[in-house]
Parts: sequence; C-alpha cells; structure tokens
Amino acid sequence: MSAADLLGASLLELSRVLAAGEASSREVTEAALARIERLDPKLGAFLEVTAEEARREADAADARARRGERRGPLDGVPLALKDIFLTRGVETTAGSRILEGFVPPYDATVVERLKAAGAVLLGKLNMDEFAMGSSNENSAFFPCHNPWDLARTPGGSSGGSAAAVAARLAFGTLGTDTGGSVREPAAFCGVVGLKPTYGRVSRYGVIAFASSLDQVGPLARTVADAAALLGAVAGRDERDMTSSARPVDDYLARIEDGARGLRIGVPREWLEAGVEAGVAERVREALAAYERLGASLVEISLPHTKYGIAAYYLIAPAEASSNLARYDGVRYGLRVKGDQGLREMYGETRRAGFGQEPKRRIMLGTYALSAGYYDAYYLRAQKVRTLLRQDFDRAFERCDLVAGPVAPTVAFRLGEKVDDPLQMYLADVFTVTCNLAALPGLALPCGLHPREGLPVGLQLIGRPFDEATLFRAGRALERELPALPPPKGLERVAP
Amino acid sequence: MPLSKDEVHRIAELARLKLSEEEERVFGGQLSAILDYVELLKELDVSAVLPMTHALAAGEAAPLREDAVRPSLSADEALANAPAREGTCFKVPRIIE
Repeated sequence: MSAADLLGASLLELSRVLAAGEASSREVTEAALARIERLDPKLGAFLEVTAEEARREADAADARARRGERRGPLDGVPLALKDIFLTRGVETTAGSRILEGFVPPYDATVVERLKAAGAVLLGKLNMDEFAMGSSNENSAFFPCHNPWDLARTPGGSSGGSAAAVAARLAFGTLGTDTGGSVREPAAFCGVVGLKPTYGRVSRYGVIAFASSLDQVGPLARTVADAAALLGAVAGRDERDMTSSARPVDDYLARIEDGARGLRIGVPREWLEAGVEAGVAERVREALAAYERLGASLVEISLPHTKYGIAAYYLIAPAEASSNLARYDGVRYGLRVKGDQGLREMYGETRRAGFGQEPKRRIMLGTYALSAGYYDAYYLRAQKVRTLLRQDFDRAFERCDLVAGPVAPTVAFRLGEKVDDPLQMYLADVFTVTCNLAALPGLALPCGLHPREGLPVGLQLIGRPFDEATLFRAGRALERELPALPPPKGLERVAP
Repeated sequence: MPLSKDEVHRIAELARLKLSEEEERVFGGQLSAILDYVELLKELDVSAVLPMTHALAAGEAAPLREDAVRPSLSADEALANAPAREGTCFKVPRIIE
C-alpha cells in the first residue's frame, strides 16, 4: 500500500503498519502534507500548517521505531489540533483577530501528552471565534467547508477538526465541546466525536469559553481511534483544579464486547422535538440495529429537555463575558491605541478585535450578570441545570445509556443561518443538555440521509465517567452498519 | 421586552466594548429576541431547587497540591506577547484622568 493510500486507513490501522515497519511516519506525514496542500485551499480546515515541525517529529518517531522504542499507538501518527489549544512557539488564535500573532510560551497539557505519546502534529485547525458557533462561519479568518458538499457548513465550533478527519487530512484531531462543538461537526462530517465527562480531560492551556461547560474531546474516523486518543490525553492534571483524580479506564480493553444486554434509553421528547424526517429515519434504524444486536430499548423521559437551550444561552454567555474580559490589549494580542487613556484603549481594542458573535455573547452575558438580573437569569439557569441533571440521573436508574440524534438536521448551507443567531442556537437542542449535566456524549455516523446523501449522526450519552460503555456501544453499531463511503465533495483516497 | 437604546449602550460600557450605532441597533434587536426566548425558564418553579454551582461532583476534583515554589515562566517569556512593555512591566496608557 502506498503512503498516499494509507491516508484512507484508520489511526489504529496506520499504527499497526508503522509498528510493523511497512511504512515510515515520514512517508505518511509527507502524504498528509501533500494532500493538505492540494485540497485545503478548497476546504479551509487549517489555519496554520506546521510542516517543518511535523517532519521533525515524524523523523524522530521513525528513529524510535528503528530502535524498537515505539511509545504506543499514537507514535508517528499525523494528528492536528483545533486552534484553541496553546502550542509552544506556534501561533494560537482561537479563530479571533484579537489573538492574531499570539505565540504561546507553553503547551496545553493535552498537547504535551500527545507529544509525549509520539504524535506528529500537522497544524492548527479552523474554528468559530472563541468556539462560539455551530457552523464555523464565525471564524475571523475564513470559513471552513464540509467535505461532503463544499456549499455546506462542516458544523462548529470544531469545524476544521471534523473536516480534516473526514477529508483524510489527519488521522485524528482534538476539538473542544461547550454545547456540542465536537459532536455536531462530527455528525455533519460523518466522523466520530466524543465530549468526555466534565473533568475527564485537563483544560490547562485550552483557551476558555464557558468554564463550567468546556471539555476537550477527540474526533476520529472510528470509535476505537477516538478511544485511543482519549486514552492518551485523559486523566488528572494538577494544573487544572477541575480535572478529576479518577483513574482512566483502558478504553480499548472491552470495546469489542458488543451491545448485548445493554439497556438503551430513548427519550420520548427527542424524536418529537422537530427532528427532520430523514434524520429521524436513520436514528430509528440505528436503534433497531441495537435491538438486533441484543440490546434492549427503554422509553425514558427527560422532561426538562426543552429548557436546555434557554439555560445554556444564559450560562455560556455569562461565563464567556467573564473569560473574555482578559482580552484587553495589555498582556497579549491586539492593542488599538486610544488617545483618551486606558479605558479608551480597552474599548477600541475590543471593538476592533472581536467579531460579531463574541460581542453578542459578551453583551448577553454582561446583561445576565449585571446588577438586578443575576437571580432572574444566571441563578435560575443554574437551578434548571440541576433539574436537567436529575432527569438523567433518574433515566440512568433504568438504562445504561441514552440514544438520540446529534442534531435535528444534516449539515446546513453556508450562509443559511448567519443572520439569525437564535435559529443557529436552536440547532444545539440535543447537544447542550450533555454539557449542562456534565455527562459524556459520543457522536457517530449512522448512515446517509435518504434524500440529501449527507451524514446523519447518532448521539449516545452515558453515566459520568462511563466513556468505556459509550465506546463499546458505538463500536457495536459501527460494526453492524455499512461504513460510510468517502466524502463526495473532494477527490477520494482508497478507503 | 425590547431593550432600550440606553440599556444596550450601558451594557456595552460595562463590557468595555465600543459599539457603533449600527451594532447597538442590531444587538438591541437580537438580544431582545434571545431574552424573550429565555423567558421560557420562568415556567418552572425552581424555588426549592439548588443551583448546580459545580459541574464536578463533590470529591471528584483533583486534590490541592502543596503550595511550594516551582519554576515558572521567566519575565521575558511572560512579556513576549505584550503589545508594549517597559523593563519587566506591561506598559499601559495613562490610567489617571
């Protein structure tokens, strides 16, 4: 198999090829870089390609392989990172003009861990500005396109992370998920994406959006690839107070155990709530496949689902308005000179540096936290959050995981929702509850839409820290359903 | 309940955002629509519900480490991205009016 053909392999398949010495990391890295150079001008997945660093890391991985010192499944594997992870010496912008030119002096913990595992990092991926968006159209630099149809959005905010995996430009990527920002783009691009339990992965060195919701998650072509990536980055980090000290499971150990005996909760509110017919059809077929595999379906109720978006769009902007206060033109990033002193400089810098979506959310969050409104908005939303979590706690007395759609539709067209932020927000209805309840959620492909021919995503939500069951159930379905064909919007590689 | 022009202006001031008149007009409309939508939460009686103040269950967070001096960024590294510096300080425009 040529190195270019290897780009069609999964991360773990490539890993076996590298371990067997049948190809070198350098060859595969060169093939990936060449494909990026050829296709990414049309796709817009990468904000920066770090070719020289990647070649160096690949050569080092090959040297380790020759010495019989491979470090594990990621050693020598080309990966890429959403541009929200700080990378020492490599510009990191979070998709914003206000951070243009910012070169971090240290690596995020997850970046350190990937490097320690021997991964080859190809570059930094496009995203909605400060991870705010569901279409990647809020990138301050350029939009990213969906590899299945270049006129459609790849989803957001980790749009570049999903598009790069779907287009075979990288074997896996990391994104972040605050209200669906890993799972929605994974679904739109036909790849696997996981939002781990809050606290499972360190956020040290991850540019903050809404700190009680943000979580780092992998995107990959297969469920096992996502499991391998999570295994490499998860676990306690003493530099992040919110990272859990719980031991990390061996996610690959029981991944082939099948779905027999699993009780899958199907929330009656979910297939009612405005899911487009073709999406609902594929989700129902996936549920039927689980029954064939020996799982049982249990009807459950998550009665507070319809309050999720409202609670989310108070809590996330409130926390964002606080987190984004640090961009003030003093320590890093853009400064626009004001003639009238410090306060003028703040206002001018933030006017010029932030795009429309961060401004809108800063305004909304500032209002929700301002004197006289805190109880009515933020506090009430935090109470609704408790109710949402209780819905899931009750459901998990009767089932092992909850299944439903990732998004109510397939990937929408670029430009379709940009002028109506509320419509854009409503697309997050099935993903935000997972963040509000601090639970893990896995998105995986469950076929193509019967009329539009675009990927549909199934979402599996688990008990806190039970990612292993999500991977096992996801793998069982992946084995049962036909694999998706390669994306049709770009030149193909051998599957 | 539409936000008044003055209210939009006041929020922008609090957020240290300088907005154009056009932005104030557009955000005023959009924020009003979003705030109308979140009124939905008022349907719920939450008087007996505790807020979820921590996303991580009690006892789940990493324990505190010992408060010991460790190596950290040098002043030059910390200042490397500063738009303006003087010596080992961040330099800002005049603060006292």
